[in-house]
Formats: sequence, C-alpha cells, structure tokens
Amino acid sequence: MTLENLREAYGKTLVELGAVNKNIVVLDADLSKSTRTILFQEAYPDRFFEMSIAEQNMVSVAAGLSLVGKIPFVHSFAVFATGRTYDQIRQSVCIAGLNVKICGSSCGLSDFGDGATHQSIEDVALMRVLPNMVVLVPADANETRKMVKAMVKHYGPMYIRINRNDLPVFTSEEGEYEIGKLYQLKDGEDIAIFANGVMVSKAMIASDMLERKGIYAKVINASTVKPLEKEEILRYIKGVKGIIVAEEHSIIGGLGSAILEQIRNVKHPPVEFIGIKDKFGTSTNNYEELLAHYGLTAEAIVDTAISLVRGE
Amino acid sequence: MVSEETIRRLEKIALKMRLDILEMVGVGKAGHLGGSSSCADIVATLYFHKMRIDPDNPKAEDRDRFLLSKGHGALAQYAALVELGYIPREEMKKTKTLEGILQGHPDMKKTPGIEANTGSLGQGLSIAVGMALGLRLDKKDSKVYVIVGDGELAEGQIWEAAMCASYYKLDNLIAIVDNNKLQATGPIEERLNIFPIAPKWEAFGWYVREIDGHNIREIIEVLDEVDNVYGKPKVIIAKTIKGKGFSFAENNPAFHNSPLTEEQYLQAKKELEEQMARWS
Repeated sequence: MTLENLREAYGKTLVELGAVNKNIVVLDADLSKSTRTILFQEAYPDRFFEMSIAEQNMVSVAAGLSLVGKIPFVHSFAVFATGRTYDQIRQSVCIAGLNVKICGSSCGLSDFGDGATHQSIEDVALMRVLPNMVVLVPADANETRKMVKAMVKHYGPMYIRINRNDLPVFTSEEGEYEIGKLYQLKDGEDIAIFANGVMVSKAMIASDMLERKGIYAKVINASTVKPLEKEEILRYIKGVKGIIVAEEHSIIGGLGSAILEQIRNVKHPPVEFIGIKDKFGTSTNNYEELLAHYGLTAEAIVDTAISLVRGE
Repeated sequence: MVSEETIRRLEKIALKMRLDILEMVGVGKAGHLGGSSSCADIVATLYFHKMRIDPDNPKAEDRDRFLLSKGHGALAQYAALVELGYIPREEMKKTKTLEGILQGHPDMKKTPGIEANTGSLGQGLSIAVGMALGLRLDKKDSKVYVIVGDGELAEGQIWEAAMCASYYKLDNLIAIVDNNKLQATGPIEERLNIFPIAPKWEAFGWYVREIDGHNIREIIEVLDEVDNVYGKPKVIIAKTIKGKGFSFAENNPAFHNSPLTEEQYLQAKKELEEQMARWS
C-alpha cells in the first residue's frame, strides 16, 4: 500500500484552494515548516501571517480576520492549537460561531520523539465539547485533501487533526467529503469497528486477521467526530455481537464517548474502546513502537473482537 | 479647532448615557457601573463624533469598528447604541434577562451594533488586530478602535497582541486604555502593579499619548492627532475615574459589579438629572 504524508497533502491543498479563493488566509505559530503552511507562505506571502510563538493571540486574531470576511486557517501542534488556546477558541471564536479553521498538526502520539508535552491525547475531547464546533480526523492523505476543501465550503468553527507521519492511503480520491457521514470501508456481520485517524489502517489490518479466524468485522471510518448523528451510527451496529471504537486519543471524551452518547438510549451490543487509557504520552524513537506501548495495534483490536464474539 | 458646541453636545450625550447605564444597572441587581462609567466619555466621543458609522446602514463595509476588549464595560456601549437607535430603548429594562438582547458581556449574535464577542479579558485587542490586518489586506481605510482596561493589562495575551500589532505596523489600529486604576477587588498598584503603563507600550513599538479621559476636548484632539501617525499602532492612555458621574461610586472598587440600593439609585438619578437640567 502506498504511504503518503498527511501534512504535505494538507499544505498543498491549502495552496490549491488559495489560488481560487482569495479570502483564505493562513496563520502559523513558528511551526510552518512542520505544519507545511510554508507552502502557502511561499505561494501567497501577503496572505500568510507569522504569528510567532504566541498561540493565544493567533486564535483571537483569526477571529478578527473572520469578522472582516476572511477564512483564516490557524496552525500549531494539536496540543497547543487546542490546549494553549482553549479559552480563545471558546470565547473569541465559538460563542459567535465565527468562520475560523483550526488545524492541530502532529496530533495524538505522532510526534513520537518529543514526548508528553508535545503529544495530544485530549484535543478531540476539548474541541468536541464546544458548541458550534465541527471536529474532523482524517485517516489518510486523500481524505485530508477532501476535508480541507469541505472546510472552505462550510461556514463556522472547525477543528482538523493531522497526523505527522506517512500513513497508508486507502480511502478514495473521488467525490467530495461529506461532513457528518460515516464511511464504511469493509463489510462484516460479527463486529463493527469504528475508527479514525491512524487507527483506521490498524482496523483494516485487524479485520483481515479476524477473517482468517472466521470472524467478520466491518470497518467504519468515523472521520467526523462531530456532528455525529445517532441514525448514522445505528445503520452499522444492527445485528453485530460487539462494537469496537479505536482512536489515537484518550478513551475519555473522544470518538468512543461520542458514539456512546448517541446510542445511550437504545439497546446496543457491548462496546469496547481501543485508545490511550488515561495516561500522558512519552518519548520513543519509533512511532509504531509508541502506538504498541499504548495498545494501539491491530493485534489489540483482534483480541478485543475475539472476546466480544465469545461474549467475554 | 473643536467648537464649544461640539463639546457641549458630546458632554450631554455622555451624561444621557450615564442615565441609561443607571437604568440598566437598576436596583437590587448586579451591574458593572464603575467600569462602564469610566469609559463613557470616550465611548460617546467615538460613536457620536469620531467614527465613520452610518446608523441607517450599521453593517456598511467601510465603517470604522469599535470593540470593547474590557467587555464588562458593556453598559456604556449599550447606552451609546440605544442613543444611536441600533438597540430599541425598551431593551434597557430587559438587560440580562432571558427575554432581552443585552447580555452581561457584548454578544454580536444577540445585540445589533456589537462587532465581536468580548469579555474574557485580553482577547478583544487581538480580535482588533485581526480586523485591522484584514481591512488593510482589502485596502480598506476603515479604522479599528478598541478600549482596553488597565486591569486587563495583566493578561499576557495583551502583550502578545501588542507585539503583533507593531510587527505588522497596524496604523489603522487605535487602542485606548481606560486607566481607572482599580480592578475588581481593589487598586491595581496593590496587586500585579502594571504601572507605569506608557513606557511599556512604547517599548512594544506603539505611538503613545496620555490624556484626561473625561475631557472631551482632549479626547477629540488626541484622536485627530493619531490619524496623522503612520507606520505604527497607537495607544491612548486615558486617565479616568472608576464610577465617574456617580458621587458615591467614584474611585470605589465596591461598585465594580454590585447591586445598587434604592437610595443609591434615586440619589444618582437626581444628581444626573440636575446636571442635565443645568445644561438645557
């Protein structure tokens, strides 16, 4: 399977969209080489604003830009883009429902070397709890490109979480991204695996491994965490023996919580979470090793599926 | 040269605004009397003299923008917007009620004439920076005026915004510090002492002027003067009195956001109306 970098896909798409829509402006906090907004800066220097190491100001400045008709995209590492600036996103942007796009780059554990301070395990939870906010977690480069285009079309505050590393490409290049839609990538009647981000590829591998054991698991790419409607989830859980939610995020407040909130008042099969179990990150020299350290693997999904099928 | 007539007109409007502020604070309900009345003369001068606005077309693209970074001073802005006809007068009675459109802090979604949601201190100046950047990008000559509290200067974000505005040479941005020397619990100089203010703004690359924030002539003259300063953002440090115009509340931090008794309400009303009568 081809590998492609999501940050690069993100940066190039912004450049492409910036050529057509002159209202798109880009703000970065001294991380443009990493977030790849440097590409936008090179293409349209007058519409790129270096906000330096002052993230809180950056978000409120973006609010001001949106109030005079611009479509600002703000960037930092996910942990700073959501945590350091939480109050600015809440007060300056979300209460008024302004058209500010927040990109949390190097999300989850994907900045494996930098350790707990730079790894975001709670950004989805923080953004999801805000009224008016849309939360998107692309699984690969193709989906990233489509999402950025959808973000320009949709008016209102949005958060997109971008993985730092090269990831397998398996979603389609074709069509437009529909915010709020769940995308089934593989069918199966025993287990429903909802996943997003890097965990979608793990879920696909897990489903293949399970198939060899006679267990059929469908894989659903839940790349919109919010808005996520009950009916959309119910379509995929009918008749299965168990539900697994896999995400590169704390098991508190992320996709798993979002799904359970929606199906809380309907009878549903048992639900298990594959995620970070209420712990901070740590440094390693290898991304896969770090994911395995926190149990974010295809094998962990397989073991959980087997337990669910056995009714354990 | 500013005419005496203009000054009298604005003083009268400011007095009327203080009566409106009193109506909105009312009796037995909390309300930010102190910080609203300290900036009332500046707000009056901006809305009724300086700014390019069109009450018949409040959303006109080429309008000047006004933001209250110290969002708790909202009653002063509401009073001005009532006088301009943006807000129906009867809304004043419904301040901070479920039926009304006047929130405790400015809310652009609910109140006509409000340009941004402010109230979490430190953020309004940054929002103003963003507006100034965007307007300049579109080659519009509109100006952005923003009132910042002196207590608010303790917020780190203010100085992030100050660096940003001077780096981008935003000469379409004018900040006014409502320098009333008091924060919610008492004198600023007895807490995180931000004084002296002027050298700090100078060091951050701003053009700085200091005035008496209750002297309409000085306010007008300095606002005109800074129009001719180019290449940097401007800040006007306006010395003010918290609770100005309410004899019992002047320089008294207890009236930051507290209820008035009926006696206080009636006394204030009488004093303001007497002043009004003397001028008519």
